[in-house]
Amino acid sequence: MSSSALLDRAPARGHDPSQRADARVETLALTQALPPISADETPPRGTVVSSVPWRPRSIIPGFGLTLGLTLAWLGLIVMLPLVALFARAASLDTQRFIDTVLSDRVLAALQLSFGASLAAGVANAVFGSLLAWVLVRYRFPGRRLVDALIDVPFALPTAVAGIALTALYAENGWLGAPLAELGIKVAFTPVGVFVALVFISLPFVVRTIEPVLEDLSPEIEEAAACLGASRWQTIRRVIFPTLFPALATGFALAFARAVGEYGSVIFIAGNLPMVSEIAPLLIVIKLEEYAYGEATAVAAVMLMISFALLLAINLLQRWSRRHLERR
Amino acid sequence: MAVGPRSAISARTEPRLVRWILILVALLFVSTFIVLPLVTVFTEALRQGGRAYFAALADADARAAIGLTLTVAAIAVPLNLVFGVLAAWAIAKFEFRGKSLLITLIDLPFSVSPVISGLIYVLLFGLQGWLGPFLSEQGFKIIFAVPGIVLATIFVTFPFVARELIPLMQEQGTDEEEAALVLGASGWQTFWRVTLPNIRWGLLYGVLLCNARAMGEFGAVSVVSGHIRGLTNTMPLHVEILYNEYNFVASFAVASLLALLALVTLLLKGVIEWKVGRGLKGRGH
Repeated sequence: MSSSALLDRAPARGHDPSQRADARVETLALTQALPPISADETPPRGTVVSSVPWRPRSIIPGFGLTLGLTLAWLGLIVMLPLVALFARAASLDTQRFIDTVLSDRVLAALQLSFGASLAAGVANAVFGSLLAWVLVRYRFPGRRLVDALIDVPFALPTAVAGIALTALYAENGWLGAPLAELGIKVAFTPVGVFVALVFISLPFVVRTIEPVLEDLSPEIEEAAACLGASRWQTIRRVIFPTLFPALATGFALAFARAVGEYGSVIFIAGNLPMVSEIAPLLIVIKLEEYAYGEATAVAAVMLMISFALLLAINLLQRWSRRHLERR
Repeated sequence: MAVGPRSAISARTEPRLVRWILILVALLFVSTFIVLPLVTVFTEALRQGGRAYFAALADADARAAIGLTLTVAAIAVPLNLVFGVLAAWAIAKFEFRGKSLLITLIDLPFSVSPVISGLIYVLLFGLQGWLGPFLSEQGFKIIFAVPGIVLATIFVTFPFVARELIPLMQEQGTDEEEAALVLGASGWQTFWRVTLPNIRWGLLYGVLLCNARAMGEFGAVSVVSGHIRGLTNTMPLHVEILYNEYNFVASFAVASLLALLALVTLLLKGVIEWKVGRGLKGRGH
């Protein structure tokens, strides 16, 4: 019903896809206060659109008040400042804008931010699917605790995560010391950026896949097994294609979050210009140098990429919903 | 390959060895990436014993930071609570064109980098910004002061309550409200006596997540705060300052309070999920 990216990340729960589709039709009918239209008496599309007013009448009060206040608050807190940023970016001298964005340091920072986020997203796609699978399918002692721990990166303030990971992976840390003996340096290198991004974006993939995996009907796996498929073939040909839309959505959400991440990364990264400096940090540095124009230029580029990602997530979700309904 | 009789169970699971390997990998991953960092916070904080730990928390600047964090959350969370209920009422109880666009716009702050969330307010209210010079003539200071911190916090926690309530209220429909209204209840009575009891757990859930983020926000607040010790330092910013001064014990001591807040949040979240079934799970963020 909504095309929001984050609101309903996973399709609604239900035991059976067809049941779920029915329930959705019902809620749709309820909220629109219109009789459900059966397939054979569907009027031509054009007439439907023109006959639906901007808002159907309802006896529930408060529409003007609540929508008005919502729009006012949204406008003041979210839209006005964002518009100010784009207006500022648009008022910059084009040549200076291009020079700023294409300077070596900015390009290196954007490359690190997007590269490390991509790598973290891929790592989480693999381990997140594995975690979701283990948590949904297997029973073992401590399963509920592990399931609850998955949400820690959502709840732990990023600065706390940052200093904890740094202490852990520094050369005298619990994990840093053994890794250093193997010749692997994590803290204060781009690898550290990757580790921090894996931490903060881990829950996205797990939490998007889990409900889909729970809703998977046992019959299709049994049918595949009955038809002679090996377990591996069933997973690869039957389960994976079903999970793929959710996996892609989770990956996109994790990636989008990682690109903008600041707090957990700046402690562990070492922040060497051109080497381990992420794009959000570069914005902060430009601001501290009072180079507001340059900060705005970098921010505008990052925002445009984020919004493109948001659009992609929306389309992915629409696609996955259609995909599930067709089944 | 011998084709023996297969039970329904074996068709849906893997050989025992594979299962145990997968569980082991999962446990190892969660311990390395989630449990160890959490444990580190507390061991580092208590490295020099309880006395150093409590001395760090009793420090005047630390207490000022704790006070500011509580103040900011006490302003930002109720405002977003009211907004969330208003937005959910408008969106869930009525049909109108452009609704999905409105929901996307409400969710927008989640896809904006925290640093940019701070930057937009600097561009608006800073001395070089649109409204900054005017406001400073009137004697108002927003950037590098508490109002800026509150604004940035409201921005980053903007969607939490609304997006918890919208799906919940859409699911509940409008039947009960319509019945109350037909029986003669006023709009307010309907809201307080019918709608609010129906959404109380979802509301609490949203407020809980909103509060955790409001108290823990770092990037956005860092850009607008100006880092004035004892005045515009929230707890996460104080953690950073102490850490950069190599005062690790004190830094981790303040961080441990934030980690405790996170753990309590997750615990309460678990309790609410247990109370209302698993329907709410997984939307947290």
